[in-house]
Amino acid sequence: MASIREQHQQIVTKARSAQEITQEALDRISAVDGQLNSFLLVTGEQALAQAKAIDAKVAAGEEIGLLAGIPIAIKDNLCTQGIPTTCASKMLQNFIPPYESTVTAKLKAAGMVTVGKTNMDEFAMGGSTETSAFGKTANPWNLACVPGGSSGGSAAAVSAMECTVSLGSDTGGSIRQPAAFCGIVGLKPTYGLVSRFGLVAFASSLDQIGPFGRSVEDCAILLGAIAGYDAKDSTSLNVEVPDYTKALVPDLKGKKIGIITETMGDGLDSTVAAATHAAIEQFKALGAEVIEISCPRFRYGIAAYYIIAPSEASANLARYDGVKYGTRVENPENLLDMYNRTRAANFGPEVKRRIMIGTYALSSGYYDAYYLRAQKVRTLIKQDFEAAFEKVDVLISPTAPGAAFKLGEKTADPLSMYLNDLMTIPVNLAGLPALSLPCGFDAAGMPIGLQIIGNVLREEQMLQVAYAYEQATEWHKKSPTL
Amino acid sequence: MLNSEQVHKVALLARLQLTETEESQFAQQLSGILDYVELLNELDVDGVAPTTRAIDVSNVVRADRVKLWEGREDLLDCAPDRDGEFYRVPKIGSSEG
Repeated sequence: MASIREQHQQIVTKARSAQEITQEALDRISAVDGQLNSFLLVTGEQALAQAKAIDAKVAAGEEIGLLAGIPIAIKDNLCTQGIPTTCASKMLQNFIPPYESTVTAKLKAAGMVTVGKTNMDEFAMGGSTETSAFGKTANPWNLACVPGGSSGGSAAAVSAMECTVSLGSDTGGSIRQPAAFCGIVGLKPTYGLVSRFGLVAFASSLDQIGPFGRSVEDCAILLGAIAGYDAKDSTSLNVEVPDYTKALVPDLKGKKIGIITETMGDGLDSTVAAATHAAIEQFKALGAEVIEISCPRFRYGIAAYYIIAPSEASANLARYDGVKYGTRVENPENLLDMYNRTRAANFGPEVKRRIMIGTYALSSGYYDAYYLRAQKVRTLIKQDFEAAFEKVDVLISPTAPGAAFKLGEKTADPLSMYLNDLMTIPVNLAGLPALSLPCGFDAAGMPIGLQIIGNVLREEQMLQVAYAYEQATEWHKKSPTL
Repeated sequence: MLNSEQVHKVALLARLQLTETEESQFAQQLSGILDYVELLNELDVDGVAPTTRAIDVSNVVRADRVKLWEGREDLLDCAPDRDGEFYRVPKIGSSEG
């Protein structure tokens, strides 16, 4: 499947119509999604109608934007007006949003064609897409492996060419880790760069929406389309959005890159370590200076996160009480019974677990010991990053300690699943932008991801480094044989 | 660290009716997670300000003007049990308050 720019060329030169491009995506979904389950809902009819409208514009000689007629898939925690938005939870199984999220409204205005809503971990809680209430998603490179999570459906769909690009959300690594596992590019922007109006909240001080693509350029283009100030999100940053594609220059002379020492230690798969070392050599060959940087408090990230994120989640998910929307149990005895049984029957085990941790951490007598301490440790982790960015332009690390694991391998032990987010979580705690891009394969032929972390609102630096690496390597040209 | 009785109390606060099996399972799993989180006690956080925002934004306020939401009917329609412009719920009193 072609890139955004190639598909745009095909449409404007009438080599192919937007309808043909959309049909190609829908045919591919029909052919492979029975095995993958990337999609919770395919909106074929609406997609073809949207594509037809673009073709009509082209036929009438009107100018169309770069994204017009390009097929995209949307994570099912982004509200789409009139189209079910379930968060892969029984709680929202019948929820049809009465409004549109800001990001999807922007994509609609740009003429993008939405082919469907993608599978995810329930309420974005998980790292493998196995906590979905509506079935697991398989990794396109090996159907016995997880696609990563929580945005596993969005990553698998792009990797398997069921769409050109997709949107996900990232609270502790939920875009970058599935991008790494599926061999594509995934980008989490600076906290506040992209509006979260209409994103179903998980952990509000950490959640960000971002793009998946098969190239750095596709992600840069999509980021430019979704970024920008929105009065409907009080954490939205009022900053000018640059043309990110201008940063895509394949030259790293004078660039300083820091490899985070703490991410290269124990527990790292040997093939991941080797791929990361090879990437460092590649950066040097491109003219960059690479130095080791220690972030001594990096390793406390998971512990801080598993207090902060569940605490925020327990508050955010209090709204699912069976009153205003979502589902409600039959014949409740009284109000309390309705709350208790509605929530017990419709939240899955991982969501319950996180609500329980958060409720405990915030409960009377424990707040200082857990939540307050975690927020102080968060400050120390931020300080480590601030010190690092005094010395370098970007930081790098592996995206995950290993490649995609087997379905079912980590479901019995929640902590082992959490520990897989070691490299990505500190970035969310500090609100920084970061992306993952392909940098090799492990012994079993599964993709390995490299994480590039930028300073606050320095997406351009991060994209330039990623682009230069991508242009000098062949990893991104490999695709799964499905 | 956490026993089933404590888990039961937290579940009540979280408005989750757990089965006995879930309670004992969560007692074990939550204890494991809380043990891991003990790692945070290695660090000296005296005098460290807690992070309240990932990226600092000064208070954002909008003009205090009433604006009607256009899709009011659609919002009300999302309710499991709507009665005109009200949400119907079962009786509120119970022994647990």
